[in-house]
Amino acid sequence: MDTRKEIPEGLRRRFRPSDWIAAQIIRLVAVTSLIMIFLIMLFVVREAAPVLKTQSHHGAELSKSSTSSESGEESTPAGVESYGETPAVQETYGEDPASKDTSAATTAAVQDDPYGTPGGSMSADEIENTKVEEVPPFTFSNLFSTSWSPVSSQAPSFGIWPLIMGSLKVTFVSLLFAAPIGILAALYTTTFAPKWTRDFLKPIIEILAGIPTVVLGFFSLMILASLLQNIFGMDYRLNALVGGIGLSFTVIPIIFTLSDDAINAVPKYLTEGSLALGATKWETNFLVVLPAAIPGIFAALLLGLGRAFGETMIVLMATGNAAMLDPVLTNPVRTLSASIGAEMAEVVVGDLHYSVLFFLGVVLFAFSFALNAIAEFYIRARMMKRFKGI
Amino acid sequence: MNKKVKGMLAMGITAFSALLCVLMVLWILGTVGWYGASSLSWEFLTQAPTEGMTAGGIFPCIVGTAALVLLMSVIGVPVGTITAIYLSEYVDRGSIVAKWVRFSVNTLAGIPSIVFGLFGLGFFIQFGGGGLDSLFYGGKLTWAQPNILWASLTMALLTLPVVIVSVEEALRNVPQELRSASLALGATRWETIWKVVLPNCTTGILTGVILAVSRGAGEVAPILFTGVAYFLPSLPQGLDSQFMHLGYHVYVMATQSADVEGTRGIQYATTFVLLALTFTLNFSAVYLRAQLRKRSIQ
Repeated sequence: MDTRKEIPEGLRRRFRPSDWIAAQIIRLVAVTSLIMIFLIMLFVVREAAPVLKTQSHHGAELSKSSTSSESGEESTPAGVESYGETPAVQETYGEDPASKDTSAATTAAVQDDPYGTPGGSMSADEIENTKVEEVPPFTFSNLFSTSWSPVSSQAPSFGIWPLIMGSLKVTFVSLLFAAPIGILAALYTTTFAPKWTRDFLKPIIEILAGIPTVVLGFFSLMILASLLQNIFGMDYRLNALVGGIGLSFTVIPIIFTLSDDAINAVPKYLTEGSLALGATKWETNFLVVLPAAIPGIFAALLLGLGRAFGETMIVLMATGNAAMLDPVLTNPVRTLSASIGAEMAEVVVGDLHYSVLFFLGVVLFAFSFALNAIAEFYIRARMMKRFKGI
Repeated sequence: MNKKVKGMLAMGITAFSALLCVLMVLWILGTVGWYGASSLSWEFLTQAPTEGMTAGGIFPCIVGTAALVLLMSVIGVPVGTITAIYLSEYVDRGSIVAKWVRFSVNTLAGIPSIVFGLFGLGFFIQFGGGGLDSLFYGGKLTWAQPNILWASLTMALLTLPVVIVSVEEALRNVPQELRSASLALGATRWETIWKVVLPNCTTGILTGVILAVSRGAGEVAPILFTGVAYFLPSLPQGLDSQFMHLGYHVYVMATQSADVEGTRGIQYATTFVLLALTFTLNFSAVYLRAQLRKRSIQ
């Protein structure tokens, strides 16, 4: 304040409207990106809102229907009447022809795969095997039934468990491949590799990251699926395994790049200290550098996981798209994202099916948001503390 | 097992992983290149699909993709650049606003692309388009349906983080002395940015644009229900028309067309064109960025 008084009038910083306006506009635009996040959340939730309403509304009705479903052989008359009725309960007993019909319809009607996973009847058998006791106690709505057959003519059912299961299976497979390859390749690039190899490897990984996902999906559909079937002789040509490996093509660059950053960020004095104490190069790299980079690598895994969970085109093309609730990795799966991608173009706007698809979007959004928040705040903070603490 | 063998083994595992990555890339590129190049021809690039999509070329897809990324850049690049300017020139690195904007940019980058599509449908088409229709067109269905404008807006939002990150990097590379000198000569902050900082990072902005375009050209999920069409008899006429897209063409031809087996050639060739397009873009971005770094070191 004192210094300010000494500045003569003419040299003082003047208020300039143009500068002020520019600053305000820039701030406004920048904050838009913040607002966009809220808008995305708001509008995806808004379109999904009818589902949430139905859910609370039909809660009581549903519990009634599921207790009486034991006797209800013919599901048709009850099911058509309201959305809240869950046909899934009757369906999964699978003895009556109606149920076979519906589950066959699931696979047939929503099938995007030209090769066709061999027949709908097979998948009906699969659904029979998964009994209803899978349903956790807090399912109070159609949304949490065990069958996804939104276009069934008898009674559409929107159980999202098979879809979540599908997403989890595919994500699991992709991380199973991508995590070791990505992390070890990053370790090699930053520590073992000579400089020319490093300069050659990084662009290669960047190329992999730059391949459009639809190309990877196409590749998985055409080449990878045939190759895996020839090797393992699986029943279904397109399945969770193929989709997962296809996905790992997109996850590897993410895990590689972020792990690379994390390993690079490990202070040099740790390496030098370890080497000075007589540890060999590989002992240093595996037992000192790698553990020190663990928080960053964990963040890399989280972001890779988020990417795999939400990726659409690869799973849409290479997983067979049949909604089944079983843990077998060589069965076709239908994921959350693929369901949105495949069905959104055909639904009527404002329909229940439309809202349910938006609800799937909410699930995807919430999942990726949570992962990102964890990676952002928790991991970063831990990493900082760790390196300062050492 | 002595130490040396163990060391070799440990290094071997990591080297093998790296090699695997390289092989993967070569395998994918090799396959697409091998099958794609054989059915590629000049006619293929300059003709529209004929005979119910089983013959002819992909000209409308190329035009549609180009129009989409052009519109997308026109909308997204200024917004991204301004956000980057805000982050690097106007706020402290540690300030709360900067932290939150950065967090939302990171979150935006992590949101699955299909959710952007949902947002495009819910916000742009239903809310924006529906609002426009009821205000200006008396409820007649004009804008509340998929078209190239909504698809481009969705895509612009999707590629926003890409632009922000690369422009920010470019801004960071502009020496602090330049800013100080300009400010010391009496220029205002805005004048400094407009006349000194921005001219010095055009390469960086260009890199951002190219990366965004490459991402936008390859991404299919967000446009699935915001504007892309399976087949159109004519090229897009205006902002309110639908368009064909290379990536979507690959997807549709490979999974849903009438004659999937018979059009393998078209599928591979389309994939080849798409790959060639994104690679050209990516390589130029890598080249520009290398130039940028070289210059900033000097």
